[in-house]
Amino acid sequence: MSGLRGLVIKRILMGLVTIFVISFLIFVGVEALPGDLATAILGQEATPETVAAFRKELKLDLPWYERYVTWLRDFVRGELGTSLANKRPVAELITWRFANTIFLASSAAVVAVPLSIILGILAALYRNSLFDKTISMVTLSTISFPEFFVAYILIALLSVQLIIFPSISNINDQMSFVQKIHSIVLPCLTLTLVVMAHMMRQTRAAIINILASPFIEMARLKGIKRMRIIVLHAFPNALSPVINVVAINLAYLIVGVVIVEVVFVYPGLGQLLVDSVSKRDIPVVQASGLIFATVYVTLNLLADVASILTNPRMRNPK
Amino acid sequence: MAFLKLLRQSPISARIGLAMILINIVAAIFTPWIAPYTETEVVGDVWLEMSREHLLGTDHLGRDMFTRLIYGARNTIAIAFITTILSFVVGIIMGFFAATLGGWTDQILSRIIDILMAFPTLIFALMVLSVVGTSIVALIVVIALLDSTRVYRLSRAVAMDIEVMEYVEAARLRGEGIWWIMRREILPNAMPPLVAEFGLRFCFVFLFIAALSFLGLGIQPPMADWGGMVRENAGAITFGILTPLFPAGAIAFLTVGVNLIVDWFLHIASGLKD
Repeated sequence: MSGLRGLVIKRILMGLVTIFVISFLIFVGVEALPGDLATAILGQEATPETVAAFRKELKLDLPWYERYVTWLRDFVRGELGTSLANKRPVAELITWRFANTIFLASSAAVVAVPLSIILGILAALYRNSLFDKTISMVTLSTISFPEFFVAYILIALLSVQLIIFPSISNINDQMSFVQKIHSIVLPCLTLTLVVMAHMMRQTRAAIINILASPFIEMARLKGIKRMRIIVLHAFPNALSPVINVVAINLAYLIVGVVIVEVVFVYPGLGQLLVDSVSKRDIPVVQASGLIFATVYVTLNLLADVASILTNPRMRNPK
Repeated sequence: MAFLKLLRQSPISARIGLAMILINIVAAIFTPWIAPYTETEVVGDVWLEMSREHLLGTDHLGRDMFTRLIYGARNTIAIAFITTILSFVVGIIMGFFAATLGGWTDQILSRIIDILMAFPTLIFALMVLSVVGTSIVALIVVIALLDSTRVYRLSRAVAMDIEVMEYVEAARLRGEGIWWIMRREILPNAMPPLVAEFGLRFCFVFLFIAALSFLGLGIQPPMADWGGMVRENAGAITFGILTPLFPAGAIAFLTVGVNLIVDWFLHIASGLKD
């Protein structure tokens, strides 16, 4: 048991190191790249005095390692600095948008995860049938489609032709929960379609893999029904790869949300990041980038820990 | 003629995929002859319906959509192709170096790559582009470097298996240099998995550039590019005009085609028989 705990702790420490190095990369990537940030923002015609004053304001006159330590310390404390574009505190810009992003991503997850597992089980149960082949074709194409293609098809069908759901997902605090859900149906559906394919195929493959084992043949010879074999005998044994692919897709969801937010003009962190990149609002870019990266690394970390815990073979690595 | 024989035995899905890719290649190569107008020429009113003069209507500035789509094929595919090649050159060289040198080189390279891969690619690209600005060169270099991490993983793993073969050892004993061994012994034997990976990576890079252009941070207008064209015409969809679906569909069309071929390739490579 201690070996298992050691393995999990080691993996968590590795995750922490990764986040730390990423924070460093974000800092270096954004601040120490060739070209002077102050001149880049102010433009070529800025006078040397304005540039110097601006550099002082951004603390660019200090050596980079001092700036890095200060930046990281402030980030952990929740002091994210002020936006260059509108002089408001970054924390104020980010907090509610991040909550919106989490709301959208988790709604998509609540729909996508059970649906893809059920479809995966059904596809394994009726494999090589018309149902299985149809699902396989559909998922193969949604994997190849860009997110915005799926999104605009949904808008054209459900928002313009049928006028059921809004094509712009604006949500605010005055709205009731049902109103909020109604306005995010289309982005939620887009994300679901995009992440479902991978999860479904993986569930199907994992179950079919298990179906070849002797204990399944035993169960079949005992005369147990196929549905029961799959749900009670095969699925629990396929849990480890399934949990893993679910966590990886949740991580993907956090990133895929950026494009979907832009399509539906959803007030989330992804939209903010894209806007700030085009405005070169560096403090906002750094903060939201680090938040996205941290969530992504954490979810991948959870995937690994879950697969260590659910897979007996992983407990004794050679 | 081995290829023709292979093609005759190919499943219908692979032939469809090949046809889809060929259409794109023809559009990309013979662009000025196929396109009825020039790339940025304004030919009529905004968002005209499909007609004989304008096969797919016009875009948000009154440029011919069909023409833009054909020019977009050339620009988008060329940039994605160059990026993928660059990513493979960098990834393969690093991967082979790590595998043949081993030891510290391998450790340091692999740890750096592990960390880069733990970072969501889109977010990383957005951050770097926010600093270096959006030019086509920056776009190609940034995406190629990010993508080369995946190529590195594969080529290192493949080269590891080849590196222990007797013929590599024989080459070493002959006193051949590391560059010669990588180029003449390892590369030819590592080709099949790398070619299949090339298709997959191309799809990924292609979708990635389309996504960045869609966000307004990739290929810049007035250059015709499918991702950017979706963005420019996005407003039309709420009026029930399907213009933005054409470039978006073109992106999907090419990726589906490449995926069908890659599926077939992997099927052959795995030695499965139906």
